[in-house]
Amino acid sequence: MAYYISTEHLTVGYDGVPLIENIEIGVRRGEILTLIGPNGSGKSTILKSMIRQLRLLAGTVVIDGRSIAQMTERELSRKLAIVMTERIRAELMSCRDVVATGRYPYTGRLGILSQADWQKVDEAIRMVHAEDYAESPFQRISDGQRQRLLLARAICQEPEVVVLDEPTSFLDIRHKLELLEVLKTMVRSRHMAVVMSLHELDLAQKVSDQVVCVADHRVDRCGTPEEIFQDDYIRTLYGIEQGSYNALFGSLEMRAVPGTPKVFVIGGGGSGIPVYRALQRNGISFAAGILQENDLDWPVAKALASELVTVPAYQLPEGSVIEKAKALIRECGSVIVCTRSFGAVNEANLKLRDYAEAGGLIREADVYIRKEKGADA
Amino acid sequence: MERHTHIRLWAGFISLAAALIILILWNINAGSVHLSVKEIIGILFSRTGENAAIVWNIRLPRIISALLLGGALALSGFLLQTFFSNPIAGPFILGISSGAKLVLSLTLIGFLSRGIAVGSFTLILAAFLGASMSMGFVLAISLKAKQMSLLIIGGVMIGYICSAITDFVVTFADDANIVNLHHWSLGSFSGMSWENVGVMTAVVIPALICTFLLSKPISAYQLGEVYARNMGVNIRVFRILLILLSSVLSACVTAFAGPISFVGVAVPHLIRSIFKTAKPLIMVPACFLGGAVFCLFCDLLARTVVSPAELSISSVTAVFGAPVVILVMLRRQKEHV
Repeated sequence: MAYYISTEHLTVGYDGVPLIENIEIGVRRGEILTLIGPNGSGKSTILKSMIRQLRLLAGTVVIDGRSIAQMTERELSRKLAIVMTERIRAELMSCRDVVATGRYPYTGRLGILSQADWQKVDEAIRMVHAEDYAESPFQRISDGQRQRLLLARAICQEPEVVVLDEPTSFLDIRHKLELLEVLKTMVRSRHMAVVMSLHELDLAQKVSDQVVCVADHRVDRCGTPEEIFQDDYIRTLYGIEQGSYNALFGSLEMRAVPGTPKVFVIGGGGSGIPVYRALQRNGISFAAGILQENDLDWPVAKALASELVTVPAYQLPEGSVIEKAKALIRECGSVIVCTRSFGAVNEANLKLRDYAEAGGLIREADVYIRKEKGADA
Repeated sequence: MERHTHIRLWAGFISLAAALIILILWNINAGSVHLSVKEIIGILFSRTGENAAIVWNIRLPRIISALLLGGALALSGFLLQTFFSNPIAGPFILGISSGAKLVLSLTLIGFLSRGIAVGSFTLILAAFLGASMSMGFVLAISLKAKQMSLLIIGGVMIGYICSAITDFVVTFADDANIVNLHHWSLGSFSGMSWENVGVMTAVVIPALICTFLLSKPISAYQLGEVYARNMGVNIRVFRILLILLSSVLSACVTAFAGPISFVGVAVPHLIRSIFKTAKPLIMVPACFLGGAVFCLFCDLLARTVVSPAELSISSVTAVFGAPVVILVMLRRQKEHV
């Protein structure tokens, strides 16, 4: 199936100065294309050019086989709706009034809405679950509610393409999720094409069909989320030097505390993660082990531990590995045991615990973690 | 909710219309010659009675002028507030009236000193030139300064410069012209002829209709330029129309009545708080009516308070209009905290 909206040799920029050249991106109906990339890389510039708010410096934007430059205002407004970051002024307007502005391209000379138009407005409001505050003044509602209503506004414009610029910024996690959920439903039920920019990589990864990476004033890579979201690539795209990004979980970890480890953490099955993070927060360098590479704790330990004893996935540690761990325990002089359950697979960790216990090296995690009250005093 | 809004709208329009009729009658009645209601009705419908000349030749043209020009001022203010999305924009504050006044004075002195009579349309054209000139400066400032207050300060300064040059020019004019110019440059609805009324009707009413027909794009523009463009508004054409209409309206007012302060700022705000809406479909006719009521009321005071002498209309409109501006600014301050 051909792209519904696409760019051909597009060059965008301000005041005749090219910012990004030769952009070739496109999205089909029923799909979401997401632009990711660092701040100031030019995502908004691309979006503004695609919606004809910025003059194109070269190339074309094509919607449904026709260049947008050749469309009349009215034609374009029936095909394309937007949700932008600009704060909208809506003095003395109720939420319903704001949504109703989406019907603009369909009303007559004086812009009076018909009964059918109002039905579509109410339908759009229901779609974003905003019935409860539809009559409230637009200026009094929260940011999350506003974004939803602007989405409803776009819906009732009955477009085939919706362009959204960072629709989830400033929203709390619940509203981020809800907004994207509504967007996804809309794309499926109305078979629309969506182009948007997102800052939240974890969400971009989950909601997008296609991802375009913009960095250093160029389109660096395009592809499916699976192709784009690789640890190393995301690190280079955003120039992450301190800390790390886990592509599978879409989670960020801070930088590991440098220096020789002061404590050995016996983790496993997720029990280690809170302790690793707490030690990192308190600036304590630590060693971790023994973890299989498919253990839940492993990605975080890899990011945060200064020394890590691991074995390949689904394998049991050999004697040499256990010896290495014991050597580390001696070096650290203290041990935190996080996991409480031991079985056949982590028998080696049980041995390590007994070894530490015999040496009187076991400490509670609390010893290392500054309590809030203590910090105050 | 729907019903509630409808009632408010009707109530608003009916009270405005009632106020307008009362003020018209009161204005006919008030003055050095007092008339009873019966007399007024007699004069209006049969043109008979000993005071018919006073009513028909002096009071009625003045009333109609105040009505039309007041409406024009309020409308011009509403358009400017929309254009700059600035709640305290208005033709007087932004120096547009003063620009019109400057070019008008130059034209008048130029023509009169050569002994040529000046027609109404020439006056309007001169005022329009001056208004556009000031508007050009204000637009240039608005491109550089995004802040609301900077735009206003810039406008006020332009106003001062234009007034200073006008004073300078008037100082060197013939004695005979000075009296007229001085009187006019303070702002007044006095001395209007039926010919004047005809010309201002020919300018103001078409401008009112055009503005009303622009209600739809204005409503889109109220959400901001980006959304308006996405809704299919041709922003360039729309902005030019907005500027032209507000310039024509304020130029027409200045040409006939001189610069009149604060009506353009205050009336749209009063109307918004009465009608509790900013919808242009309501705002355009309501502002026009409101401006008419406001100016008729102020002109009544200007004529009667220190009778037989007259106050300049601007000093009366300022007394009622300026507090509204202060209130608006304070309220916005509160909203933005």
